[in-house]
Amino acid sequence: MLEVQDLSMRFGGLLAVDGVHLDVQNHEIVSVIGPNGAGKTTVFNCVSGFYKPTGGKILFEGKEVQGKPDYKISRLGMVRTFQHVRLFGQMSVVENLLVAQHRHLNTNLLSGLLKTPDYRSREKRSLDKAAYWLERVGLLELANREAGNLAYGQQRRLEIARCMVTEPKLLMLDEPAAGLNPAETNDLNQLIMSLKEDYNVSVLLIEHDMSLVMDISDRITVINQGRPLASGTPDDVRQNDDVIKAYLGEA
Amino acid sequence: MATHNLKHALFCAIVTVVIAYPILGLDLVAQGTQIGLEGATPTTIISIFLAAGIVFLFQLFRDNIMGNLGKLPKLNPLSGREPMPAEKRAKVEAWVLTAIIVLALFWPFVVSRGSVDLATLVLIYIMLALGLNVVVGLAGLLDLGYVAFYAVGAYTFALLYQYFGFTFWMALPVGALLAATFGMVLGFPVLRLRGDYLAIVTLGFGEIIRILLNNWTAVTGGPNGIGGIPDPTLFGMEFGRRVKGEGNTSFHETFGIAYSGEHKVIFLYLIALVLAVITALVIRRLMRMPVGRAWEALREDEIAARSLGLSRTAVKLSAFTIGAFFAGFAGTVFASKQGFISPESFVFLESAIILAIVVLGGMGSQIGVILAAIAVTILPELAREFSDFRMLVFGAAMVLMMVWRPQGLMPMRRIPISLKRQE
Repeated sequence: MLEVQDLSMRFGGLLAVDGVHLDVQNHEIVSVIGPNGAGKTTVFNCVSGFYKPTGGKILFEGKEVQGKPDYKISRLGMVRTFQHVRLFGQMSVVENLLVAQHRHLNTNLLSGLLKTPDYRSREKRSLDKAAYWLERVGLLELANREAGNLAYGQQRRLEIARCMVTEPKLLMLDEPAAGLNPAETNDLNQLIMSLKEDYNVSVLLIEHDMSLVMDISDRITVINQGRPLASGTPDDVRQNDDVIKAYLGEA
Repeated sequence: MATHNLKHALFCAIVTVVIAYPILGLDLVAQGTQIGLEGATPTTIISIFLAAGIVFLFQLFRDNIMGNLGKLPKLNPLSGREPMPAEKRAKVEAWVLTAIIVLALFWPFVVSRGSVDLATLVLIYIMLALGLNVVVGLAGLLDLGYVAFYAVGAYTFALLYQYFGFTFWMALPVGALLAATFGMVLGFPVLRLRGDYLAIVTLGFGEIIRILLNNWTAVTGGPNGIGGIPDPTLFGMEFGRRVKGEGNTSFHETFGIAYSGEHKVIFLYLIALVLAVITALVIRRLMRMPVGRAWEALREDEIAARSLGLSRTAVKLSAFTIGAFFAGFAGTVFASKQGFISPESFVFLESAIILAIVVLGGMGSQIGVILAAIAVTILPELAREFSDFRMLVFGAAMVLMMVWRPQGLMPMRRIPISLKRQE
């Protein structure tokens, strides 16, 4: 589904990402891990179109997407969350989900002003979908609260729901567990598993906490200082000497 | 009493004198061909020092005074009341608003001509402020050159009349659409800009339009402006004493009533009222439509909005275009009301006042913006005696508002959306 070949990203004299390979198949959870500053988020930013990579190819469902504007990439079905939650803080929870469904709605100004049947039915469908996902992440009671006033864990869940209402094929999560307590992290892992199992979404995940991703990932890619270090199943990666060195330092 | 307080109070008193003396105490007087500076009269000097004394005492005992003020019982007996439930509130609001609009329809027939004229101006400002509210309040794009679109609307009517004999009703859509086009044209170069940078470019655009109108004498008449702009007609009936347009009849003759200059003023007021209501209703719907939510999403977090597939270009351009459209509306009405326009009417101060209305009313809040438009337009007229200090009072009001109520008179409220639990 997603294939990243020989990706490199240079900021002036700094080569932040160098020769990274990555691929995600249908119905799969792939994690990218690495120490802080390894270049994980930069890879993410290149894939989601926020940066224009200086080298390499990114293929989504066989089509090259590197260098395309971010909103077009998102419309192809690749939606991301952010390391620091980015909600529309002054809008209500349900409005956050409605904004995300923008391209599924009838955005013609006249049909909106006249409330044509097509406009109404699409609006209703998007409200129902929003209600469904709010229920799914346990926020239905808070639907009309200001999103910025939610607790941190709730904001994280809302951000995932906001991605899911866009009906993505690939969900990219940037450190979704950052700032969550162990119970919340556990809930989150179950949610991510269920996204894959019940909604047939592939997930690309960034984490720097290794223990967290071992349980849910099908495959793991390790990056260190912008370069790929290892890749394979969780067990392969756990036993890889280079990975142990990178994480624990040399003995 | 700490010495720190004494120092501070002394400083404040001196600042009072330093500021007040040149503003209130000195007068420019024409002496023949020369301009001379005249000192203040003793009464002014005494009152300035009295004011400084009051400032000194207040600052000296500020902690005590403010502490005691806090202990006073609440002035507003309703302040402790629970807010109304959302649905009931929406119903009450709808009824009150309908009642106000109906009253506004009959009101001009019982008041003086001057009041109706002023009310028309208020309605024009309401249209302008509602339009700017889309750009600044909803989309979060600080536009300091909004008056340019107002000018485009007004000059479109004036020029089309002068060269092609357009009537008000023909010029109204053309003016609004042309202003909208200008909004879109301005939108393109500023797509990437935000905040201060955007403000400066829009400021420049406003000045470009004004200076162009001022200097393109061959077409626009330059600083002399364009006069003789016709009044709107009612199905071909004119409101003047004598019929000017070909094939038109006159209003008072058709209905067999005596001619009165008031008919025209009232008719213009009613047109402005209808247009202002249309503006308010259309923008209210837009706010609840996908495009309105997209504007707000872009204001809240542009990166997140783009990551969800919103195109920055489309969203920003639509905000600029729709905001400019309503300014064009207002401009056409303004040209017809004044009968004469010149670049003088479209200076930066106008942009600043419209922006002030939006900020005072509460960004994004329609009712707040309408109230602020009424207040900002009517108060200077009521306080004619203080007209010398108009800008001073205006500035002070802005400062006080920002200190005590930075969210505006009536901040925007979100409309609750009811959801059905999905199985």
